[in-house]
Formats: sequence, C-alpha cells, structure tokens
Amino acid sequence: MLHIKCPYCGMRSQNEFSYGGDASVKRPELNKEISDEEWDNFVYNRKSLRGKHLELWQHLSGCRQWIKVERDTATHEIFNTYKADEEIS
Amino acid sequence: MTQKFRLENVGLINRNKKLSFKFNGKIYFGYEGDTLASALIANGVHLVGRSFKYHRPRGFFGAGVDEPYAIVQLYRNNETEPNIKATEQELFEGLEAKSVNCWPSVNFDIGAINNFLKIFLPAGFYYKTFMWPKSFWYRVYEPFIRKAAGLGVASTKHDKERYEHKYEYCDLLIAGSGPSGLASAYAAAKNGARVILAEDKPRFGGSLLTSDVNIGNQSGEDWANSIISELKEMPNVVVKNRSQVFGYYDHNMLVMSEKVSDHLPKTKKYHPKQRLWHIRAKEVLISSGSIERPLVFGNNDTPGVMLSSAAKEYLKVYGVLVGKNPLVFTNNDSGYETAIEFKKNGINPIILDSRVNPQSEIIDEAISLGIKIKFSYVVVAAHGYKKVSSADIAKISDNKKELGTVENMKCDCICVSGFWTPTIHLASQSGNKTKFNEEIDAFVPGTSKQNETTLGSANGIFTLEETLKDSFTAGQDLSKKITNNDNKISFPNVVEKKSSQHDKFWCVPLPKGKSYKRFLDFQNDVAVSDIEIALKEGYRSIEHVKRYTTLGMATDQGKTSNLNGLQLVSDIENKVVPAVGHTTFRPPYTPISIGAIVGREVGKHSKPTRKSPMHSWHEKNNAVFVDAGVWLRPRYYKQGNETLFEASKREAKNVRTNVGVCDVTTLGKIDIKGPDAAELLNRVYTNAWLKLPVGKARYGVMLREDGIIMDDGTTTRISENHYHMTTTTAQAANVLSHLEYYLQLVWPELNVNVVSTTEQWAGAAIAGPKSRKLLEKLFPNNDVSNDGLPFMGYMESDLFGVKARIFRISFSGELAYEVNVESDNGQFMWEKIIELGQEFQVQPYGTEALSTLRIEMGHVAGSELDGRTISYDTSLEGLISKKKDFIGKRSLNREAFTSSDRQKIVGVVPLDKKTSIPEGSHLVKDAKAPLPNKKLGHISASCWSVEHDNPFSLAILKDGKNMIGEKLFVMSPLKNKVIPVEIVSSHYVDPKGERVRS
Ligand SMILES: [Zn+2]
Repeated sequence: MLHIKCPYCGMRSQNEFSYGGDASVKRPELNKEISDEEWDNFVYNRKSLRGKHLELWQHLSGCRQWIKVERDTATHEIFNTYKADEEIS
Repeated sequence: MTQKFRLENVGLINRNKKLSFKFNGKIYFGYEGDTLASALIANGVHLVGRSFKYHRPRGFFGAGVDEPYAIVQLYRNNETEPNIKATEQELFEGLEAKSVNCWPSVNFDIGAINNFLKIFLPAGFYYKTFMWPKSFWYRVYEPFIRKAAGLGVASTKHDKERYEHKYEYCDLLIAGSGPSGLASAYAAAKNGARVILAEDKPRFGGSLLTSDVNIGNQSGEDWANSIISELKEMPNVVVKNRSQVFGYYDHNMLVMSEKVSDHLPKTKKYHPKQRLWHIRAKEVLISSGSIERPLVFGNNDTPGVMLSSAAKEYLKVYGVLVGKNPLVFTNNDSGYETAIEFKKNGINPIILDSRVNPQSEIIDEAISLGIKIKFSYVVVAAHGYKKVSSADIAKISDNKKELGTVENMKCDCICVSGFWTPTIHLASQSGNKTKFNEEIDAFVPGTSKQNETTLGSANGIFTLEETLKDSFTAGQDLSKKITNNDNKISFPNVVEKKSSQHDKFWCVPLPKGKSYKRFLDFQNDVAVSDIEIALKEGYRSIEHVKRYTTLGMATDQGKTSNLNGLQLVSDIENKVVPAVGHTTFRPPYTPISIGAIVGREVGKHSKPTRKSPMHSWHEKNNAVFVDAGVWLRPRYYKQGNETLFEASKREAKNVRTNVGVCDVTTLGKIDIKGPDAAELLNRVYTNAWLKLPVGKARYGVMLREDGIIMDDGTTTRISENHYHMTTTTAQAANVLSHLEYYLQLVWPELNVNVVSTTEQWAGAAIAGPKSRKLLEKLFPNNDVSNDGLPFMGYMESDLFGVKARIFRISFSGELAYEVNVESDNGQFMWEKIIELGQEFQVQPYGTEALSTLRIEMGHVAGSELDGRTISYDTSLEGLISKKKDFIGKRSLNREAFTSSDRQKIVGVVPLDKKTSIPEGSHLVKDAKAPLPNKKLGHISASCWSVEHDNPFSLAILKDGKNMIGEKLFVMSPLKNKVIPVEIVSSHYVDPKGERVRS
C-alpha cells in the first residue's frame, strides 16, 4: 500500500485517497470551438505511461483536496507531491 | 500409552503438564510446549498422510514452516480447519487432528494404487489430460482426480471466531528472532528506536535453541532468553511470538499474521483468534534465517527421511528422538551436529558424508565421540513402506558419477543435509534484485530497493560471530539515523565450532537397472524424472518448467524444493544456476487464513450501516428495511399479514388518494456557498441557472464529460449566494468529489465552497392530494397556499419551535412537499407529521411504494440513469440549454447520440394486464426468432400501477420515440417468461403534470 504525502495533512496511507488519473490533462475552455480530435483526447485518450507520471489523487478521507502526485508507475516510487495550484518545477 | 521416543531431561517442553490429544481417532499424550508433530513422533507415529499425486505414505520432513508433508485437518472448539501444518500446530489439551488426502484411511489407501500406476502420471499430467477427449475426461479422469486429489476440507459453517486488524508504525521491524534478529533488535532498542521484533515460532531464539554455541559465557539459548527478557521490559519495543511477517509491500509496508489463540483449546472471551498487523516501518531488518536443503536419492520421500536440522530440533527442543537407529546423510558439517546430539543421548548414528576427506572441528569432535563415519558414501535409496527400515548405500566416485557396490544397511530414519538455503522471500518481495552466491549455491539478497537489510544466514552468513557483528552494527547504525542516539554495545565473546566447505553434490545417481523415484518437491510429488521429461518436451523457461511440472507450486511454495529444481535444470541444460534464474517470490510467505485477511469486516460489518434519525420510529412501526447503498431504509410498513406487494400497493394508493409521508433523509445534500455559486451550477447542470430567484428550486441533470448522465436532483436558492443541492442517495459522494474536482482543478477562479450536509438534515416527503391540508396544520403561521408556496417554491419556517425548510417538490407526481429539519429534530418532525396527519389518513410509505409512484409517473431514477444513458434517452433533452456550455456538452454531438433511432424511455404494459414483467428482461420483435434474438431494449423498472391497477414498466427502447402503440414481446430467459406487451408513453399517470401544480 502506498504512503502518500498530502501537502496539507502529511504522510497518509493510500486507502485515504482516491485516484484521479493523469494530471497533465487540461480541460478545454468552456464555449471554445474545438475539433472532435481535441475533445476525444481530453475525454478518452490517455498515455498509460511506464515510469514517471504526474497524476491526480484526492485526499478523500482527509482534507478532500485534489493533489498532484509524481509517481513511477512501474516502481511506485513517489518523487514529490504538490498542491493543485502549485508550480511544478 | 508411553511416549517411547521421548528422552528424559532433554528439551524445553513442560513435563509437568501432560496433554492428551487425538490423531486419526486414537488417543495419545504429549506435553505442554510440544507441537502436534513432536508429540506424534514421541509416540512413534511417523505416517501422517499421503502424497498429493501418487498417494505415497508421508511422514515429517521438517520441524516448522518449511514442512511439505505433515498437513492435517484440525478440530478445535467444534470447528474444523484444513491444511494445518503439524509442525507448526502447538499441542493443547483435547486437540484432535486427522490425516488428509488419504480416503478411506491413512493405513489403507486406495490412492496408493497410483504408486504402481505412476507411469501414467508423469510431468504435465494435468495438461495432457485436458487435451484428451472430453467424454473420457468427464467419465474417467475428473471423478478419479476429484476423489484422489486435494488437501483438507474447508468448513461449511460460519466461522464464529473473531479476527482483528491492527495498524502500526515503527522505526525498525525485525522479522525473525534468531541471533541476527536479537542482536539488531537489542542494538536498535538501546538507541531508543521504536522496534517490533516478530518471531513466527512460539519460542524466541531461532537457531540458538539448537546450536552448540556460547555467547558471553552463556549458552546460545540462555543468551537469547536474557536478551528477550530485557527487550520485553523496554517501552519502545514490541516483541511478538507466533507472528509471521508474510508480505512485504510498497513503501515499506509489511503484513504480519499473529496467531493469538491457535495454540489454545478455545479462544478466550474478547480475544481474537488471529490478528493481522499492517506495519509501516522506516527500516526493515530481515533475519528470517535459512532452511536446510534436502539431498535427493531414491525413495527420499519415505517417512523417516527428514532434514537433519529438524531431527536436531525435535531432539533439543522437544526431547524427542526421530529414530533410535539413525543414518545421517550429509554433504556438509551440519549433519555432524545432529549426529553429535544423537550420540550425546546414547544413540549411535552412522554418518554418510559425500565428501572425500573433509576436515573441521566438528568432524574431529564426531570422530572423538566415536561416531562411525563413511566418507565418499551416499544413500542410494530408502526402503520401508510406512517408515524407513533400511537404506541402500554405496561409495561414490570422486566425480560423483559412479556408484560402487550397493549394500543394504538397517536404519529407522535418515537425516539429510544438503546445506542451507537463505530465506530471501521478504527481500525478494520488496523488489530486491537477488543474486546467486556460488560459494553457498544459493540466492542471497542483492541491491535493496526499499529500506530493507538482510542479516545472518538469510544473507548467506553462516558463522555466528560474523552474524552477530553485522547485526549489532546494522541495528545500531540504522537506529542512529532515526533517533540520533549512539549507544555503544560491547560485543560479546562468541565460541562456535568452525565448519568446512560443503560439497556441491546433492543428487545421487540411480544405480544401474533401478528406477527409483527421486523427489524434488515433496508436497506436489515432483521427481527428477518429471523435470527431465519437461526439458525433453521443450520447456526451457524456469517459469514454464515450474507450471508444467507443478514444482514449487504447492502450499509450501517450494521452500525445500526450489533450489534443487533449479540445480537440476542447470545441470541438464549445462548452464549456471543464475542463467536459469529463479521463479518469483510472492506474498504470502506462508498460507494465511481468509478470516485474518477479512478481519472484522464480515457480515453486517462488511460496510458501515447508516440510519436516519427516524430509524427507531420505523422500527417500532413494523418497517421492513432494505439496504440502499450503506443506508437502511424502510421498504414498507407491514400491517398484519401483508406481503410486500400488498403493503406497497396500499401505501402508494394512499398517497394517490390521501397523503403519505416518506423518509428521504438519505438523499445526498450539498451546501453551496459563494458569489460564483450560480455560475458553478450553470456549468455543472445542463439547464440554465443564472436566473433562478431566491426562494425557488429547480430540477437539474448533470453529465459526465463523455455526455452520459451522472446524476439528477433539485437545487434550491436559499439566499443570494447560498444554494442547497440534492443528489440521489447512490451518487451523493461522487457528486461532491465531482464538484470539488472542478472547483479545485479546472475552475479555481470560481469563488465557491461546497460541503456535504447529508447528515445534517432529516427529510420527510409529504405527498398526496391532502398534503397541503396537512402542511397547514404543521405550519399554521405560514401561507402554504398555491400562491404562497407555488410548485418549486421554497420557504423557511418554524415547526413548533424547530427550524424547518419547506420545499415544494415532488417525486411521486402528486402535490407534494419536502420538509427538512436539523437531524436531531428529525424524530420530532416525523411524529408531528404522523400526529397531525391522522385526520387526513396519513400513512408512512417505504421505498417500494416510492418506486411505484415514480415509475407510473415516468420519473427517472438510478435504474434509468445507469451510466449508459444520455438526456435524450430519458426524455430530459428539454433541459439541455442551447445557449451555454456545460460539462459534457461537447460530447452530445457524437454520432451514436444523435442517430435518428436512438433509444428512448417508454412505458410497457402487458397485453393481458395481469402478468408482471421482470426487471432486466429484454424487448424483442419476435418471440420465436432464432437465437441470438435481436434485443430492442430492456425493462429498467417495473411496478403495479395503483392508478390503473395493472402491471406497468419503464423500458429503454431503441427508437422508442416512434414505438408508442407497437406490440412487442418481453423475454426473460432467467425467469423463463415470454410476455406480449404494448409500448405506451412513459408518463402513465397525469401526463400533463397537473397534480404537482394543483
Ligand atoms: Zn490531506
């Protein structure tokens, strides 16, 4: 079971969190004309990376904040965690 | 009955406490501190079971967790438990056990005929059998295999025992209490680190209990005891016996199973049987020791052939002789230690050593004790059926290929030692890349992946002095990093005998003209010849060889067989072992009971139970409850002998004619506040929200980004920047996360806060033509007329001193209101409604009537919003705003969503107006069409329409829009029903919606 550092609450067990997928996905702006392809990429197409991956988790049974977690999908190593609005270097 | 093989004055058992037990129906005696295995051996019982495939007689091979044979069915406290290792089960008064796998009895076994038919059961037997003709399989093989194979029998009763889970954090978790575990724990504890020391056996000390060593002028055993008693006194140390660390997971999380009561006749009151520990450790020290390797020779599975270390443990710990005429067959010095212990207790062993001319302190001691030793000698084959009675032995050439003349020698046990295999399971599970150490012919941990360190013989270190040095240092250094303390410990003086190099030889060649089975895997009956066949048939990968032959796939996970199997493959293939590689170690290290894994989350406790504040009233008024997610909701209120059908009809009818009240507390409620609240709603719902006035409610539908409906409900504007959203019971949690996602990640610029208030409000729906009259009684100071509180209106009021919110909304399709009060006042509100509603014939109604009312009205719910439907399908497309964008809108132009014959909700009535339609049934054009009969749609919800007094269903039907008036068939192969039906409008009652506005 992973041990995830919530930027607000500290180290917590994985079972307090829920997974939210790829954090690099950006929702297209409202009311903006976009192609079907762009929309499909937003809704459906994901990379399923092996290796370092920036992903979303929600601290569901904690502060309820959505956070960003930089994790290796193969080794489960967590390199860093960020608040939703934090700059990622 | 006397214990013929019990020594006097030797062992750590408590001779003052004699225990009686039953094995295969016969009564025996043992002592407190015995295992079932040691007690049986003390009584001369060596035949305990039959092997898995050939049903050959099986005895004891080990003395602990590595035991492949002695698996029994245990009876304890009127319960039975399968697959218990006799070598691990501690004896208690009244213990009862039976052999498994040997119908009809251990002594007479029909399966033993396999022994003579073994030619038909070679490697890959199961694979090949599956390829034989089907009829042959059903008639011959399956019944045969079913009867002959299998281990214990699982109990069919509910397990009454209690299992617990515990979550723990520590600085150092130390797995194993042998010399390395004790030394590292002691050093770390002295530095103030929080330490958990786990030992799977009842006694601490590991190899120190059986080896002839001296530490700091104490015997190994005394030193172990003194360290343990000191550790037990320290507040920063948890010392646990009977506790197996069996799994090493990500981020240094380990799982340990503690046997709290398995050694007792009965679990004590308020105690669990077992406890599962989830331990998050900063550092893990693996001191799991090593397991002796077998030597391989003909009939080496005969009862009485066992590991020399096991024989020594039976003798030194339990005071039990495994035989009185022992033969020790070894390729290293460990066999000598066992022989010396025999000799010291008046038994004359003979040692066969495969080495040519080894020299060491231990060998010298054996010689000086007068033990007979034959160098360059091997056991060719064991003889004896139920126990070893003699052995064929022979001299072996220096190149280990040729056997000399075979002689027969009488003996009653053969103690084998093929050197040691480090127990690297935990290290490997952690992701450690293990490496092959040629010096010891075994794998040892390599580079650590997580914070784990392996010590002592688990790390391939076989001298006590080096082990203790490494372990003191490791304990000290690792704890220093954590606590910053640096307590130096003086290193004790260690006295041990030096060993000589082991022999790489481990598998005795077959003598000419003999075809003895030489076993590698004792539990799954995999012999040398099976591996040879697998390789001959082209299997190369060790993972494939393993699966084809089942080597190492038994419940002991190949603890004694894996390395010999690898050696054999590498010998035949002419490769070095690391090139063959080893199979993956996966948790659990030992079998774990399902009960321990599940813990207390069983039955009612498998999920939380949520009850509304009015629950006790429902209980008192004969409510029959139903699970609605985690909530318990009244399904109906039973009067007299009413059935569900009768009661729900009565309740629904009463709503349509008088007034009913329903507990709607379970609906999800979300409080939304902030200047941008309306903007959020406008983006979340498909319809327009910017112009909703204060004091008004609106129905809304929200989509996922893929255009599928996520949820529906009403949201009310309480004040300028304050809204109250309701969700369905099922989606409450998901909707909250959904809103938080958009507010935190997508549109952080919106100034809005959301919070769940589901538990804060108790809700009652008051529905029916007389509901307004009842409301006038409840709120005499408010104008609740159609003008004062119109449809979709909202007002705040006072219910006899209690703050209340009144929403004029309707799910039933009748004139209806929903009253919310703070949860603590829920019961008060409910009782007031019932009390003041008497004159209007108010009746409570449950979820069944609620469903009936909404179905015949054509209102959609979870069974229509099933994660596959869009607004059009549920006739909610009128609520889609063309003017604004919202979540999921861009997906609605997908081809499938816009096709002209898109599915749509319809009503379904059986032609005979009598037959109820099973939910989930399919709608087809022609009931007699050949299969697969084309499905046009499915029945989503069914009820008995109280308005029309006939069955009515809702369905999602292809081209539903143009199907009204069509005659179709409903088919339910599950219920074996074919019902001719007519398709009608989904609004079966009050299609114009006049009642809600009345
Ligand atoms: Zn948090």
